[in-house]
Amino acid sequence: MTDMLTPVLSANWADDRPWKLTNYERLGGYQGLRKALTMEPDAIIGEVKDSGLRGRGGAGFPTGMKWSFVPQDNPNPKYLVVNADESEPGTCKDIPLMMANPHVLVEGVAISSFAIRSNFAFIYVRGEVLHVIRRLQQAVREAYSAGYLGKNILGTGYDLEVVVHAGAGAYICGEETALLDSLEGRRGQPRLRPPFPAVAGLYASPTVVNNVESIASVPGIIAKGASWFASMGTEKSKGHGIFSLSGHVANPGQFEAPMGITLRQLIELAGGMRDGHELKFFTPGGSSTQILTKDSLDMPLDFDSVAAAGSLLGTRALQIFDETTSVVRTTLRWVEFYKHESCGKCTPCREGNWWLVQMLRKFEAGQAQEGDIEKMLDVADNIGGRSFCALADGAVACVTSAVKEFRSEFEAGYHTPAWELFPYGKSALFGAKQAGGHA
Amino acid sequence: MSVDAKAGAVEKSDLISVFIDGTEVQVPKGTLAIRAAEMIGINIPRFCDHPLLDPVGACRQCMVEVPDMGNGRGMPKPQASCTLEVAPNMQITTQVSSPVADKAQKGMLEFLLINHPLDCPICDKGGECPLQNQAMSHGYAESRYDGVKRTFPKPVSVSAQILLDRERCVLCARCTRFSEQISGDPFIALVERGALQQVGIYADDPYDSYFSGNVVQICPVGALTSADYRFQARPFDLVSTPVTCEICAAGCQLRSDHRHFQVKRRLAGNAPEVNEEWNCDRGRFAFRSGRQADRVTTPLVRDGDVLRPASWPEAIDAAVAGLKAAGSSVGVLTGGRLTLENAYGYAKFARAVLGTNNVDFRAREHSVEEGQFLAHAVAGKHLGDGVTYDDLQNASQVICVSFEPEEESPIVFLRLRKAVRKNKTKVVTVAPYLSNGAAKLGAHLVGTVPGTEAEVVARLEADADTIILVGERAAGALGTLTSAANLAARTGARLAWVPRRAGDRGAVEAGCLPNLLPGGRPVSDATARVDMQAAWGVAKLPAQPGLDTGAMLHAATTGDLAALVVAGVQPTDLPDAVLAREAFEKVGFLLSLETRISEVTERADVVLPVDLIEDQAGTFLNWEHREGRVNRVNRQTPSPMTDLRVLAMLADALGSDLGIRTAKSAKAELDGVGVWEGGRSGAPSEDIPMAPRGEGLLLASWRQLIDGSAGNDGAPALLATAKPVVARVSPATASGLGLTEGDTVTVASAGGSAELTLFVEDSMVDGVVWVPGNRGGEGLGELRVTAGEYVTVTGGAA
Repeated sequence: MTDMLTPVLSANWADDRPWKLTNYERLGGYQGLRKALTMEPDAIIGEVKDSGLRGRGGAGFPTGMKWSFVPQDNPNPKYLVVNADESEPGTCKDIPLMMANPHVLVEGVAISSFAIRSNFAFIYVRGEVLHVIRRLQQAVREAYSAGYLGKNILGTGYDLEVVVHAGAGAYICGEETALLDSLEGRRGQPRLRPPFPAVAGLYASPTVVNNVESIASVPGIIAKGASWFASMGTEKSKGHGIFSLSGHVANPGQFEAPMGITLRQLIELAGGMRDGHELKFFTPGGSSTQILTKDSLDMPLDFDSVAAAGSLLGTRALQIFDETTSVVRTTLRWVEFYKHESCGKCTPCREGNWWLVQMLRKFEAGQAQEGDIEKMLDVADNIGGRSFCALADGAVACVTSAVKEFRSEFEAGYHTPAWELFPYGKSALFGAKQAGGHA
Repeated sequence: MSVDAKAGAVEKSDLISVFIDGTEVQVPKGTLAIRAAEMIGINIPRFCDHPLLDPVGACRQCMVEVPDMGNGRGMPKPQASCTLEVAPNMQITTQVSSPVADKAQKGMLEFLLINHPLDCPICDKGGECPLQNQAMSHGYAESRYDGVKRTFPKPVSVSAQILLDRERCVLCARCTRFSEQISGDPFIALVERGALQQVGIYADDPYDSYFSGNVVQICPVGALTSADYRFQARPFDLVSTPVTCEICAAGCQLRSDHRHFQVKRRLAGNAPEVNEEWNCDRGRFAFRSGRQADRVTTPLVRDGDVLRPASWPEAIDAAVAGLKAAGSSVGVLTGGRLTLENAYGYAKFARAVLGTNNVDFRAREHSVEEGQFLAHAVAGKHLGDGVTYDDLQNASQVICVSFEPEEESPIVFLRLRKAVRKNKTKVVTVAPYLSNGAAKLGAHLVGTVPGTEAEVVARLEADADTIILVGERAAGALGTLTSAANLAARTGARLAWVPRRAGDRGAVEAGCLPNLLPGGRPVSDATARVDMQAAWGVAKLPAQPGLDTGAMLHAATTGDLAALVVAGVQPTDLPDAVLAREAFEKVGFLLSLETRISEVTERADVVLPVDLIEDQAGTFLNWEHREGRVNRVNRQTPSPMTDLRVLAMLADALGSDLGIRTAKSAKAELDGVGVWEGGRSGAPSEDIPMAPRGEGLLLASWRQLIDGSAGNDGAPALLATAKPVVARVSPATASGLGLTEGDTVTVASAGGSAELTLFVEDSMVDGVVWVPGNRGGEGLGELRVTAGEYVTVTGGAA
């Protein structure tokens, strides 16, 4: 089964100190940059367009097209901002990537900045992962010393400054305009659009905001060609992607595979479900995506197939839950997260999540009343699609899909606590005896 | 059906058609959907939306559906109509025709109420609350929420004046946007996140804004209240009367809310051409001074050393005896706080009854040059002849000469800030340092040593798109008004005079100047005098210009003037307070028309009580020459006589006839007289004075908006938000004196001294010390010194 994998970004993760510049260079690192600097910027954008690379941060917007939106006649400086604020429950791809292989991101930043004619790039890293920030800072320092960054890069006359910026602990700052506010030193809250960042982003200047994995995929595309990249994946979702499996599988972890791989294949790669258990439901792309069940085991994990199934590919964060899991409890935990992380700017997200948590707690405790399911769905309907940014849409995705797939568990919440139906200790992976107050 | 929006203002070709609930409406490109809907009478509920603030889209209350963006495609999700710009042929459906929009709106109101305390019965806003009203009109009758509400300890003091009840807040960000976008005082901001988000202040910087009351008014719930009005009244018990603010010459339209014959609060009115929907805190909160224990309620006559209450007939007799004895050797000081009609009454009384041109409204620095300037460039004009607020907003450059808009005309400041923000207007300030207000205008400072303004202004560049604003202090620096007039004449720039007090502009027009008759008629012009002789039915008017304020006071001390009639003037306002007191004491006969006991009434021979502004009707002319109506608010007053009525009684008793007894008849007569159409006086032609020479530091000064003025009495919360009283010097000047910031210093002149705390001002020109014009009730006049003269500054107390 190993031939299912396409290790590109993760190819060196198991090597000896893969984060060192010399080790990265030994494997052909920075060849993409050398080649890119001989190309016309527009040719690089063309190559990325041809590769079919779609944004790896969740929305799947074509990366090359995003770059081409940057107005080159704008007199302001242009900025590249890398969104490394990975904070979604279940999502764990950018952080191990930056930990093990930071130079592929730095190289991608240099190529991408050159393509959009930017001389200043920022990498906005989630503040909690201090070890990753340090490793990334070290990589940037090494790249400066080697002449890959800074003034007159590799003697070509191209200048690029790269700043690694630490966030301050807010999920909302993964939303690109909130990220820009935060980067400018303000409180991170999403901005009104238009204007879009491509026109007026950081410091009201043209700005491209890309996910870590998107930018890290660029060196390979330039070094090996768009057709190499496009040879992987499916018709409309090309290339390789990191799939993160967590939860009730034997060997959770990151699996870099072509887009369009199925969950059945991934679970096999992960050594199957944990012994003696079977799949109950999963998230295809983190907690902000509608949960799916074993009916979707053979669904290709690409943007369009997952959308057709009523969910989103998102960040390919596959949280796997087996039959011991209470869907009510899981939903409650997720919504508690969104309630905590709601920035407070808009009413439906701020107040709606506050309310949803209280309702879900009643379902969990078996104290909900007849009609509360309809009430909760109606409240979710008043949140979804009415909020300022997508955070609240993500928050209600799990609620509506959980009720759709497992309505009877919520109905049980009219009379029976979830911990009686699904003793929490049974779904715990570690320290089962201590886990949960209701084991 | 089709409705044309802003017809006439916009060319037809600039309009686009959109369809709201099936009704076509033509609107300018870029119009927000919520505004377009208003134009056809569809009111979409909203909280964060405010037409004068930038859209934010935070409350999500105004959701609508867009089945067609104008290109055949619809928007998949409902949209916030307050951030949605219409496109040609866009179809928009509101709660009227879209069940989705209706449900979204109802759901949003339900959300806003789940954490709201619903304490309407004890809330100041209850009865006039957009949340309450829209919950009724667009919400569910019953809440489905049975959970736990978020609570906060209450209230938080955002400033001494503004209180915040956080649990009521719907986080619409109107207050924070006002502070940032309109007044430029970003001391409040939203902090924390999620349902715990709240309006917060920076601990080291209290929210001391001159415009803080506006945030209470635009708060769509009862979260922000003022210490001044909190728990004072219920909105449905209040009677509202539209009035014009009597504080400064900005001419704000206000709403005066009163109950039981007492004003409870004042709100900014809606006057798009003047104050838009804002006003300053002084105009909002300083309305209690007439309610103090020192209100004069009966006539008083002097009996040896004491003033004793007297009947009106007795007091009038005493006044007439005094005035008859003086003949035309009398001076009339009217002050800057009278309505146009009252000022006209004094101007007529002085000339037609007393037979003198000794009448002057200027209770501040003044000069002959200023009199010439006012006759040449200000008096006898109509609204629109000169500069207006809209002109300020559209100017490419505005030069402020001896004028600090934020301190001396706060609404001019707000309009300039809008011009800077929206139209990139460039502001230049001729001042000794870059004040806080000037900094908020992004102004370019032309650092000017007091006394050298004339020279500095003469060197400025301007063009036809420039507006020059000169303040009343320009009179104190000889040659400045000449230079400003020359600059305007030389470059085609437009020139406007922005006086400080509400009655100043009207007093000029009414003829309360020694050289001007009503309507800008020069005293020295025989035709002008004939005009007025005919209008007033008198055989002869004095032909020589009279004495100005300073000359009158001086003449009173020497006995050259036998009597003074004084209305609304405080010695502390005058450039030489000591001289003024001496004049009031020494003059043979002193008649005071006053509302409160003052330093003038204490020295008067006869005191006649007059109405407060809130007790009478009339007109204020603002700096643009725009008429603002003063309506009678209080119908139960202890002294029901206006100045005009008292003057008419005096005239009767003097065997004459004023001919006007009411504001209405005075206004009609003044309007009938009209403005002077003869030759205007020439421009002032003062030479540029020599640079001042002397020992010590040159004094710079202006009055701060919130200071120790008597008009601010009775408003402790307002006074608590005043700027600190400090002496400002440049870093080099401070080190030259061996002083550091925070030191107590003594500023001394030949006439006296004052102790202040030293503040080192980086932008200050060297060799200058700035001191506020009024320190806790004490004016600079106590030091017998004016800006541009030398004072000494020494460390320590005197």
